[in-house]
Amino acid sequence: MLKMATTLKTALRALRRNPLRSALTTLGIIIGIAAVIAMVQIGEGSSAAIKQTIANMGANELLIFPGQAVSAGVSFGGGSSVTLTSADAAAIARDCPSISAAAPSVNARMQVVRGGMNWVPQFLIGTTPAYLKIRDWPLAEGRVFGNDDVDGANEVCILGQTDVKELFPSGKPLGKTILVNNVPLRVIGVLTKKGANMMGMDQDDIIIMPWTTMKYRVSGSALQNQNQSASAASATFSTSQLYPETSQSLYPVESATEQQDLPQPVSFPNVNSILVSVPSSSQIPQAITEITALLRQRHHLQPGTPSDFNIRNMTEISQALGHTTQLMTNLLTGVALISLMVGGVGIMNIMLVSVTERTREIGLRMAIGARPGDILSQFILEAIVLCLFGGALGILFGQGLSMAVKSLLHWPIQMSAPAMVASVAVSVVVGLVFGYYPAWKASRLDPIEALRYE
Amino acid sequence: MELIKVGNIIKTYHLGSSDVQVLKGVSLSIMPGEMVALMGASGSGKTTLMNILGCLDRPTSGQYLFDGQEISSMSVNQRAAVRNRKIGFVFQNFNLLARTSALENVLLPTTYAEDGLSARQHRQRAMELLDQVGLGDRMDHEPSQLSGGQQQRVAIARSLVNNPRLLLADEPTGNLNTHTSEEVLRMFQKLNAEKDITILLVTHDANVAGHSRRVIRISDGLIADGGFQSPSAAVAAGSASDAKR
Repeated sequence: MLKMATTLKTALRALRRNPLRSALTTLGIIIGIAAVIAMVQIGEGSSAAIKQTIANMGANELLIFPGQAVSAGVSFGGGSSVTLTSADAAAIARDCPSISAAAPSVNARMQVVRGGMNWVPQFLIGTTPAYLKIRDWPLAEGRVFGNDDVDGANEVCILGQTDVKELFPSGKPLGKTILVNNVPLRVIGVLTKKGANMMGMDQDDIIIMPWTTMKYRVSGSALQNQNQSASAASATFSTSQLYPETSQSLYPVESATEQQDLPQPVSFPNVNSILVSVPSSSQIPQAITEITALLRQRHHLQPGTPSDFNIRNMTEISQALGHTTQLMTNLLTGVALISLMVGGVGIMNIMLVSVTERTREIGLRMAIGARPGDILSQFILEAIVLCLFGGALGILFGQGLSMAVKSLLHWPIQMSAPAMVASVAVSVVVGLVFGYYPAWKASRLDPIEALRYE
Repeated sequence: MELIKVGNIIKTYHLGSSDVQVLKGVSLSIMPGEMVALMGASGSGKTTLMNILGCLDRPTSGQYLFDGQEISSMSVNQRAAVRNRKIGFVFQNFNLLARTSALENVLLPTTYAEDGLSARQHRQRAMELLDQVGLGDRMDHEPSQLSGGQQQRVAIARSLVNNPRLLLADEPTGNLNTHTSEEVLRMFQKLNAEKDITILLVTHDANVAGHSRRVIRISDGLIADGGFQSPSAAVAAGSASDAKR
């Protein structure tokens, strides 16, 4: 240990004796480490931005649909049973630790009228304020309805860009009123443009309102998925009208008494689906497990019976996200390794030059009693000290570089503490590896030859 | 007992396919407290013999006892330790570390000496030695700020810092003018007389050799003259060192 301290002191003294050479040697590692830090930080920023973009496409979202209804062996397809409630959505948001938000969704297709204009939006959705957070969809103007609007089933709505264009050719929809199924809704907000989704559906063709408004004022039934004109059309061309003789009732007509005796359908606040967001795609399996357990408990399902709901994730998008992340990580690692290699070779170069230049000094040290091992450890220590010093400066420079990129080019930057720790560790290793050969060469010098070297 | 006892040393260099015998059976001995000059023309094997005597090189065959230890069979590290503790080197071109103070230069051999002394004790000794060679006021000067004679005096102080048994000086005055040469040589004589340090001067200059008490001449790889002390001188030297003890 004492010997090590002495050798370290010798190495430090030797470095101080030729500051220019030491600075040049350090420069290689400074550039290497700075490049690594800047690359990793810029790269991780870009990577995070790309991930965010893909996540916005729905990679971190889960959709919960009610299960299928089956009657006498005939399946009515997914979503046909009535099992999910807005309370389920609230419970998921409250009790599942792996999810960040949950919003119920009540859908319909209905005609929307504004003055002389009318339009049938692709998406007519009743939900909670959490919906826009989950879809990461900011407003262009106005405000989002609040939870009090949901509680009061207030007649307010938010329009997508396409509906603004169709219903308000003059623009300025805020504060105006539209009619949905003859219910007047006040426009309080306008969404930013999102474009088509992966299926080619226009996502901006959307009107969002509190789910209570949708359920209890506008739609009445979540299963009423036809629009007014369609029902009018079917009324016009019903088979009973075309073929009056076939209009025989299969069942006897209910009497008023019978109608009184039949139990009325309970007012069941069912929703068409629940949209859930998960903080990161890696937590999706955990979130699915938690939601399944919670909903089975809430729906009083016995073990062994099938679930009365389906959870779907965006596998395609998640995979794209996973692949992109992997690719970015590999790319960054490659770039970092190459930078460090360049720095390391630079160190080796100058150390080799330094050994040649200091041949006489090495010869003298050996003549006055330095063993080959002493020379070896002195030169390795010199390399390591330079690399540590260079690593520290490199971190500062790299940090400055990425800051400059951030403020001048407005690229996204992500600070990376692991990159700093790793690059210092790596710089010591680089010093060891690339300092070893010159040090070994120095230690193998013949003192007689070395002393005579000119 | 002899400090240096060399018996029938042969040194052969392999140059390509042919072998060149540089030392062809050299025998000599040096007693403690002697001041000896090793003289020879260039190509006589003088430098090769000096390298072997300084434990920098090993003979191809023959026996070399230094201070009672057989050197020819020692490992690289053992020879490094012998050089560090028992031999002080003074070179023709001084070989001081540039941009390093005189004091640090003198301290250099102590870096490799595992003698159990503290850094402060080493420092103390280095300062005393610089005082003795007359550079007590230049301890912080770097070699570039010192004259040739002063640089060689720093080198002498450096060679003495580990209390060596032998001081090996290779053409110590080769780069100095006549006046400073004389100064340095007188310093060697003083060290030999007062400190009882054995000194071996390697030189081709008869004037330098004249400052020593015995001259060993080497010619064509063989000792021509003076390989062993004459009996009368031995008695004189012996009594001199006895008187000092």
